[in-house]
Amino acid sequence: MKALILVGGFGTRLRPLTLSMPKPLVEFANKPILIHQIEALTEVGVKHVILAISYMSDLLEKEIKVHEKRLGIQISFSHETEPMGTAGPLAVARKYLEGDDQPIFVLNSDVICNFPFKQLLSFHKVHGGEGTIVVTKVEEPSKYGVVLYDDNGKIEKFVEKPKEFVSNKINAGMYIFNTKILNRIELKPTSIEREIFPVMAKESQLFAYNMDSYWMDVGQPRDYLTGMCLYLNSLRESDPDQLSRGQLYTGDVLVDPSAILGEGCHIGPNVVVGPDVKIDDGVCISRSTVLKGAHIKSHSWVNSCVVGWKARIGQWVRMENICVLGEDVRVMDELYLNGALILPHKTITESIPEPHIIM
Amino acid sequence: MSYKAIILIGGQQHQHGSIFRPLSLDLPTPLFPVAGRPLVQHQIEVCLKVQAITEVLLIGCYNRGDTLDQFITSLQGKYPFKVRYLQEYNPMGLGTGGGLYHFRDQILATDPRGMFVFNCDVCCDFPLRDMIEFYESKPNSHVILGTTVNEKQSHHYGCIVTDPSHQVRHYVEKPETFVSNLINAGIYLLSPADFFSHIRSVYNIRAMHTIEYMNNGDSTMDEVTHVESISLEHDFLAKIAGSARLYVMELSRDRFWSQIKTAGCAIYASRFYLYTYRVSYPEMLSPNSSDTLQSDSNMGPCITGNVWIHSSAKVDTSAHLGPNVSIGANVVIASGVRVRESIVLDGARLERHSCVLYSVVGWNCRVGAWSRVEGMPNDPDADDPHARPNADALFDSEGRLLPSSTILGQGVSLAPEKMLLNCIVLPHKSLSATYKHQIIL
Repeated sequence: MKALILVGGFGTRLRPLTLSMPKPLVEFANKPILIHQIEALTEVGVKHVILAISYMSDLLEKEIKVHEKRLGIQISFSHETEPMGTAGPLAVARKYLEGDDQPIFVLNSDVICNFPFKQLLSFHKVHGGEGTIVVTKVEEPSKYGVVLYDDNGKIEKFVEKPKEFVSNKINAGMYIFNTKILNRIELKPTSIEREIFPVMAKESQLFAYNMDSYWMDVGQPRDYLTGMCLYLNSLRESDPDQLSRGQLYTGDVLVDPSAILGEGCHIGPNVVVGPDVKIDDGVCISRSTVLKGAHIKSHSWVNSCVVGWKARIGQWVRMENICVLGEDVRVMDELYLNGALILPHKTITESIPEPHIIM
Repeated sequence: MSYKAIILIGGQQHQHGSIFRPLSLDLPTPLFPVAGRPLVQHQIEVCLKVQAITEVLLIGCYNRGDTLDQFITSLQGKYPFKVRYLQEYNPMGLGTGGGLYHFRDQILATDPRGMFVFNCDVCCDFPLRDMIEFYESKPNSHVILGTTVNEKQSHHYGCIVTDPSHQVRHYVEKPETFVSNLINAGIYLLSPADFFSHIRSVYNIRAMHTIEYMNNGDSTMDEVTHVESISLEHDFLAKIAGSARLYVMELSRDRFWSQIKTAGCAIYASRFYLYTYRVSYPEMLSPNSSDTLQSDSNMGPCITGNVWIHSSAKVDTSAHLGPNVSIGANVVIASGVRVRESIVLDGARLERHSCVLYSVVGWNCRVGAWSRVEGMPNDPDADDPHARPNADALFDSEGRLLPSSTILGQGVSLAPEKMLLNCIVLPHKSLSATYKHQIIL
């Protein structure tokens, strides 16, 4: 089986992290977002993953080679020279996708969930239609494209950002298609949601698979942290041994074994600490991710933040409200940062009491 | 050749105390501790610099037996001069000049050569000996200590215009337009006989008017007492300006001066008073961590700059205090606490890893673990050579709380991991959320 992952562009929404690292490689719970998806695909028998990408990145190619070998699968890059929308990349990657009769998985790269691909595959085979869309329940459907379908899952209609409530099931950005779909897509910029799906639905070829697991598009910092909480929470159910346990931890916490934590820290709930991170005595962290090689000094307090790679945070610093520190950012002692997005390699010497972007 | 010093401490009736709220709700402003000592005690001790001062009199409206009176009583025998408290009973207040006049017999007893008069809200590097020298060189005259502020700030003070011989040509209290950036620093050295004879003439005119009012039968007792009120600034300084009897001695710019009207000013003043300890009584301050032997470095908390800690306070060795920090009696400072540019009053408790910056933590307050209490520095504009700390307004023209020190009234408690930024919290509030730029009633 094959899978196409729509990696797309530069990941501007996840800046300043993506200024140092291609978005697919930004770690989510200590693993690149893309690798969460590729591993889940590998588990259901996908042998060839194609990454639809619109820029070149040596770092990405090198990293992908490592995982290719580790997982024993083939990973190809399908480059777009111009933006092709959400359907166009299938046409660009046609040469990889054609060739066998197995259905193909198509994923948006920012999506994080339990990836119920096995159930999706069997559902798809049972209904016999050309495609299946994974749908998920959300609290505020008015922000998304809503999917209306019958009791058998056959999709009747799509409503983009409904003003009045029609359903709370939305397109989760994960699909499985028969290769026949390729005949529907021309080699030009095309939206799969607006131009392809409605036609397929009309022909009764499109079904919805309702996923009960958590789901989040983690393409921007606020959602990245929400997704992290959901992920850790589900880990408690599915694989609790992965979570860290100990006196310093409260709630669901994932700490890389190579991280060094001082005495009297209070880590959690909902914290991810990456490899080679150093956290000194008496630090309090909740609802945050600390990326590889960062150093947080004593007595600091961090809530709802992403601390970038090799960032250094001084003593008695208070950071909250979705601060995102780029790579190698330095924050001096005793400062207060509120919702600051700080570009890589900056040194911060004054408090940032209101949300700001620091160039 | 003896001198006396009179400190005008005001009292409950005075409007001035209100801006010092919420701290003055629990303690008379003159007793507010800066660098571990009541403000008024700093002024009393300044008089130790001049041997010729034989008596210090405090005039105010605080009741006998109250904390203020008790405090003055506790000072008896401590100094080479006598310290006495004289209470004004007039419910409307006698005014700054009226109070002095009312107690003229006590002041004139032993026939002092000059009388220093201090406004209690002034924190200053008092140049008392220089003032005496200046005063002696101008027979039968009065001396005001003057200092400079910027043009905008001058509207809040008494403004002085002088001639090259330092005679006061013109004096006006809080003018609406710009008159001068030389202002009345709130410290005077007055010639007693001339001063009281001037006030007597003011009083006599007032008394005559009062009798007229009463004879006309259209006056209430309040109005009668009100005409008794005589202002040192309006009825004396402004009147004798231009008469060749009033001189200004300007405080040199390198000497500290600040009016302490708001609690935020207290932190700025505290920096000066702690510095004077460093110069005169270094043993009162906690030794800096870099001064101690390396083998001792584990013995006490990390101390930076000038820090005063009451002997009964318990400070964990992992705390970091300073610069400009005062820690009151029975305060408990837990592990990993940071305090900088702040005053922590008696009985307060700072839980582990909390951080207090540019704030006054009131009596018996409690700051939870990993909480942050932060104010804004109230320092004068460093780029303006005439600027003084802004001491008057709490709000800007649109009603927003101006950046200033964070003040926690008595018995306030802040839950763990919360933050107070630029807030004034009234006494006995329990706060379980983060607040910014607010007055919390």
